[in-house]
Amino acid sequence: MQIDKDRFLNILFISPSILAVFIFVYAFIGWSARVSFSKWKGLTADYTWNSINNYLEIFADPRFHVDIRNTLIFTGVFVIGSILLGFLLAVMLDQGLKGEGFFRSLFLFPMAISYIVTGVVWRWLMNPAMTGSRVTGFNILFQNLGLDFLANTWYNTPIWGMASIALAAIWQMSGYTMALYLAGLRSIPQELREAAQIDGANELQIYRHIMLPLLAPVTLSALIILGHMSLKVFDLIVAVAGKQLPLDVPAIYMWQVTFDGLFYGKGAAIGMILLISVAVLIIPYIRYTLKTEAQQ
Amino acid sequence: MNKKLFALLSLLAIASLALAACGAPAATEAPAEEAPTASQVEVFSWWTGGGEAAGLDAMQVVFKAANPDIEFINAAVAGGAGTNARAVLATRLQAGDPPDSWQGHAGQELIGTYVAASQIEPLNDLYESEGWLEVMPETLIPLISQDGNIYSVPVNIHRANVLWYNPGLLEANGVEVPTTMDEWFAAMDTLKAAGVQPLALGEQWTKMHLLETVLLGSLGPDAYNGLWTGETDWSSPEVTAALENYAKALTYANEDSASLSWQDAAQLVVNGDAAFNVMGDWAEGYFRELGKTPNTDYGWAATPGSGGVFQFLSDSFVLAVGAPHRDAAIAWLKTAGSKEGQEAFNPVKGSICARTDCDKSLFGEYLQSAMEDWATNTVVGSLTHGVVANDSWKTEIDTALGLFIADGNIETFQSALVAACASSGPCK
Amino acid sequence: MRTKFRLSKRWLYIPLTLMAVFYLLPMYVMLATGFKRFEEIDLKTMWALPKGIAFINYIEAWTKLSPSLLNSFMMVIPAALISSALGSLNGFILAKWKFRGADVIFPLILFGMFIPYQSILIPLVQFMNALGLTGLPGLTLAHIIYGIPITTLTFRNYYASLPQELLEAAKMDGADMLGIYRYILLPISLPSFVVVLIWQFTSAWNDFLFAVVLTGNTEWPITVALNNMAGSQIIAWNVQMAGSLLAALPTLLVYIFLGRYFLRGLLAGSLKG
Repeated sequence: MQIDKDRFLNILFISPSILAVFIFVYAFIGWSARVSFSKWKGLTADYTWNSINNYLEIFADPRFHVDIRNTLIFTGVFVIGSILLGFLLAVMLDQGLKGEGFFRSLFLFPMAISYIVTGVVWRWLMNPAMTGSRVTGFNILFQNLGLDFLANTWYNTPIWGMASIALAAIWQMSGYTMALYLAGLRSIPQELREAAQIDGANELQIYRHIMLPLLAPVTLSALIILGHMSLKVFDLIVAVAGKQLPLDVPAIYMWQVTFDGLFYGKGAAIGMILLISVAVLIIPYIRYTLKTEAQQ
Repeated sequence: MNKKLFALLSLLAIASLALAACGAPAATEAPAEEAPTASQVEVFSWWTGGGEAAGLDAMQVVFKAANPDIEFINAAVAGGAGTNARAVLATRLQAGDPPDSWQGHAGQELIGTYVAASQIEPLNDLYESEGWLEVMPETLIPLISQDGNIYSVPVNIHRANVLWYNPGLLEANGVEVPTTMDEWFAAMDTLKAAGVQPLALGEQWTKMHLLETVLLGSLGPDAYNGLWTGETDWSSPEVTAALENYAKALTYANEDSASLSWQDAAQLVVNGDAAFNVMGDWAEGYFRELGKTPNTDYGWAATPGSGGVFQFLSDSFVLAVGAPHRDAAIAWLKTAGSKEGQEAFNPVKGSICARTDCDKSLFGEYLQSAMEDWATNTVVGSLTHGVVANDSWKTEIDTALGLFIADGNIETFQSALVAACASSGPCK
Repeated sequence: MRTKFRLSKRWLYIPLTLMAVFYLLPMYVMLATGFKRFEEIDLKTMWALPKGIAFINYIEAWTKLSPSLLNSFMMVIPAALISSALGSLNGFILAKWKFRGADVIFPLILFGMFIPYQSILIPLVQFMNALGLTGLPGLTLAHIIYGIPITTLTFRNYYASLPQELLEAAKMDGADMLGIYRYILLPISLPSFVVVLIWQFTSAWNDFLFAVVLTGNTEWPITVALNNMAGSQIIAWNVQMAGSLLAALPTLLVYIFLGRYFLRGLLAGSLKG
């Protein structure tokens, strides 16, 4: 009797959330999916069946090829960069130095500011002029420090320009990965380190062979959170570089196609492609998490 | 049991939504819930900052004086930072929640987008009762009409084809202000050889702005107009030549153009860091705010090859189909089209009146010269600013332009332009 | 051995300080620009200190932003609180009081975190209008609902890491579901609440997209007001930067004062998986 009442109660308490998510996520996705198979162009809704033509058009579009390349570069640099930098910062802060709290807050603070704001500053900092009277931003800093070889054209660089936008994103999010790793490192029992030290392992070996494997779940969550951010990145790029093709990504393409060009069918199709890519990324993650839990 | 469960779940659903809504502050009334009355008018625009916002405020004062009972709701959303006002507007219109009146670029942007979707009403009666047909330029009316119906009230006029230059730099290098494309290229060669940055350019939309002026300067006004009506063939050798000119012009531009806003690029000219910049005449307002003096710190001319032609753009207001406060919206449009309204708005915004009877003495030196040109020149429309092509077409051109800037291939650029005209323009 | 260890530790201040400089450079540019006069703004002199302290920029920004500041607080606080509370309940049920299908429901809820919001704007506005929930209440509701996935995830992972015996013991003592949640789990959930509240506060505070389509001009939160400070043509970067700093102040304060709890909360459980 008791159990029955509780079984009923738990469904009662969770159903508002389930219902809300069902409507605000799945019903809206369903709507979007339907539009992606339509000929809708212009402000009047038009659900005329268009089969998979929108998708075919997008995959044949040279602009979308640029988008895929840019997204891959951005994701690679951003995710790997944030994880490495965050891990290094965490290891350094894990040494119990004085002023740890200060550094920690400092590395975390960029997370609090919106991309729209920091993007503009990064646009100035990464000004691509390299020579002459127009050099400014990082490049002039390098020049004054005698580090001329570091000067580069930043996001104006063909193909790899995207990597410098990822730099701005790393600045913003590496504090988060640092916090994750720091928390992870602190949760590793002290005895493990001591045992390894007694066995003659040096600091580096301890991190390499003991800490790193134990931190695998942290790395996995960081990968997922950063990975899905980079697939959706939008405001940052627009704030740094405006809407221009060499730095185009699917989210910007979708925005322009939908709201500037009013090709609703095509825009929805880009949205669906994004969503499917995200699903491909996270479904294995969810399955893995649930499986390891079940094993425990 | 199942039935009961279902009933309970539905009840819960309603209760939870209500609960969530109660959690939010209930002090503010949602606009959609208010009964439609004539007591207010919601006007949507992207005039939120600087002279344009001040101009809108000035026009609002005129409106208030004439309609003391109507509350003016200024629903302005800026265009910058990744989102633009038109996306918000499109979303509201999709959701069946239109503002009473909104701002749009006069021309195809309005016609192709809102008339096609039956979102705005024709205003012919208003034009007749207010006598606007007599005071607005004749050449303007067809550009804001479709099938004899006039759809918007233009408030101001800007000129797109302006070549801004640094008089000191030109003089020091013995360069005359160019009037043809060839003269321009020769001048820029001289400047480049002297180590002067010949042309200042900014992010992608300023490159489209340059493209439209080069097309105009290379093809001449008639063939340029034909591009948008389908009479000029986009695949013709003349267009190829124009695109070659454009590609050549790009070679004189600053290497960091992609990182500069139009402001940054225009500033290079007045600061003596570059000789030329092609930008609409809102740049003049910016130069004034920087404290620069006309004809000393900056000079202006029609872009090369476009002498005697006024490539215009205009901000205008429309009447929504199903406007919640229709009468108030009409009262607003009357203000927007009135002499008083336009004289209040334009000197502050830094543009000229769409009406031809505004008092010249209210305007500065540059604007007075623009008013003269507006009255006497051949008028053509701007691409970047929504006059000649609808939004879909413009977006396709923008994509083609972006690809061209990346790969420099004129042939693919031209065929993409041909395809864009066929898919969203009048070409068949 | 010991001394060598110490020495190597002090060395760490060099890379740490270098990193601190890297993190502070953009901040410096924001601050310096915010104090410059309009004519001083020039890409070439972005590193230069302002020639005077133009507090007027901050005053101007404040007069433009202050009306919407209250809107932001009225929207963000309930949004963060309610979605955290819902997340905590959901997390508890999905981790410790499962019903049949809970393992299917959880990933389905989680997936909501990943949708690109731009692609659901139109149905969102349509749906909110149909419910009559425009303006701030509607915006708050949207933030609550789109916050549910991440709050649920955080709490579920935390609760899942707790030993089952804890609950079994309570059950033996005759506690029911609500009792267990209220008296056993809730008291030890504070660290997770801090993480989730910070996260939700920041994301709702910085959101622009939902705000701009769901609210009207009297109800705009601060991000929309900030965006509106820039016109479509001439942008006064000095006032814009001053405004950006003002707008970011509440979230910065949240991070500075709650930063340590944030870390503690991450430590407490949002980590697993």
